[in-house]
Amino acid sequence: MVRTVDVLESERRASTRARLGTLARVAFLRRAFGDWPLFVLFVAPNLLLLAVFTYWPLVYSGYLSFMQWDLISPVKVFVGLENYRFLLTDREFHEVLRNTVVFTVGTVGGTMALGLVFALLLDQPLRGIAVARGFVFVPYVLSGAAVAVFWVNMLNPRFGVVGQVASWLGTVSPDWLNHPQLAMVAVILVSIWKNVGFATIVYLAGLQRIPQELYEAATVDGAGALARFRAVTLPQLGPITLFLVVVSTIASFQAFDLIKVLTDGGPVNATTTLLFSIWEQGFVAFDAGRAAAASVLLFALLAVISLLQVRLGERRVSYD
Amino acid sequence: MTRRRGWRRALARLGLAALVWLVVVVMALPLYWVATGALKTNREIYTFPPVWIPRDPQWSNFVAAWEAVPFGRFFLNSIVTTLGAVTIELVFALFSAYALVFVKARGKGIVFAVTVAALLVPQTVTLLPNYLTIARLGWIDTYQGLIVPVAAVAFGVFLFRQHFLTLPRDLLDAARLDGCGHLGLLRHVVVPLSRPVIVTFLVIYLVSHWNDFLWPLVATNRLEWRTVPIGVAYLYQVEGVQNWGPILAGTVMALAPMLLVYVVAQRWIVKGIGGGALKG
Repeated sequence: MVRTVDVLESERRASTRARLGTLARVAFLRRAFGDWPLFVLFVAPNLLLLAVFTYWPLVYSGYLSFMQWDLISPVKVFVGLENYRFLLTDREFHEVLRNTVVFTVGTVGGTMALGLVFALLLDQPLRGIAVARGFVFVPYVLSGAAVAVFWVNMLNPRFGVVGQVASWLGTVSPDWLNHPQLAMVAVILVSIWKNVGFATIVYLAGLQRIPQELYEAATVDGAGALARFRAVTLPQLGPITLFLVVVSTIASFQAFDLIKVLTDGGPVNATTTLLFSIWEQGFVAFDAGRAAAASVLLFALLAVISLLQVRLGERRVSYD
Repeated sequence: MTRRRGWRRALARLGLAALVWLVVVVMALPLYWVATGALKTNREIYTFPPVWIPRDPQWSNFVAAWEAVPFGRFFLNSIVTTLGAVTIELVFALFSAYALVFVKARGKGIVFAVTVAALLVPQTVTLLPNYLTIARLGWIDTYQGLIVPVAAVAFGVFLFRQHFLTLPRDLLDAARLDGCGHLGLLRHVVVPLSRPVIVTFLVIYLVSHWNDFLWPLVATNRLEWRTVPIGVAYLYQVEGVQNWGPILAGTVMALAPMLLVYVVAQRWIVKGIGGGALKG
């Protein structure tokens, strides 16, 4: 009897020791790794998707850019830098680059300038101002393809609304979308109409954050409305402007649906931008190597622009 | 003197108001144009000067659009794709951001950096390789092909993390002392305190997936797998310039869902995008 109790007792002790050991080990592991397994469980699915569908493609695009491949044949032929050499010396590709710069500068510049003007107007305490703000932002949430379809109708010189506006102004509307120079202007204007709401809303939020005392102080110093705008408003909006430039530049490099529907890159490549030509090379001409090389160039260009903007921003933007 | 100044001010205000409404007209005119165009007869569409108010609203344009292309199928595809992607993204973003803020672990900085750096990789670069990936998986013309490659979140994790950092620590500690585990904390404390940010998240991702054009174009071949934006472009292509009534009616149908989302959630969109941008 006593012995049994002893045995039981010793067994209990042993198991307690073992359990304490486990607990100690868990505590030790926790101290060492925190809730590491749980953390991994929470972040892993998203990281896995990012790895497979964002980072791996980046690497694979780099690899494909050294190959010649038609997407179908079982062999990819290594051609070294040939795809890059071709693109960088190709006149058509130069035109594509120029179009991309024109489109980006036009869209980003127009969107931001107009966005600032709209924001200043919509910052006034007028009746119905909320409704007005609502209308300015609507186009931003609409499908680019659908927007492009009805703009094709509006831009028709024979029966579109631009024809009417032109006749009110006493002229005749050109055929915007089939004109070698005006097609790009039209694409930029539609793009500005669609995106200006974003810049407006961001600028509005920025305006409402400027401390009122700064304006009061400037008024005390005898500054008029224009001087106040230059001395207070503009510098205070500096960081936001930088943010908007970066975001809109990246967005405009990726504009596809508007161009696809409005002009399909034409007339004669007049509105073919970098992304559009990448899509054409990859999925129309089935030239994987050139498409990949062009997309690597696009990635590099965006990286350089982002860096430049951050650098410029550090110098220009005043935080005091 | 003061009277003259008052006059001036009133005049300035009037001028400002006029400018504001000019902006509204310029921004709203295209929407009015497409909405009324969808109801015009062909004769009213192809005249100059244009007709501003359709005399005899042609609701049959909508029927014609619906019959010209498989719109029902386009809507089904868009709804499944959008809801599927947004659901996955919401769950992933909530768990990732929660882990990054509230779970004790090493290597958080790296995980956060890797997640947010994905924002720097443009869709363009991933297009061809992702097409090859889903082709190899046999996912062309499937919902998984439309959804999975675009379901990773980067910006959303950033958005939630920024918000979670502002949540009161005391409250979370109290809940933890009451025996709440991580899942409980997420469900009963963090999510209820994050409703406005979640709505902003939902709207941003809803809009971007519903409107996405390039990935569905690449990931599908057959007409019955196309989504609404591609369907509208296709309708325009097949009807050409001869039949604008049904084309504009189809365009209105394609625009309607996001217009509705916008009207319902405008408050959150404007706040979320304006405020989110400033924090970023």
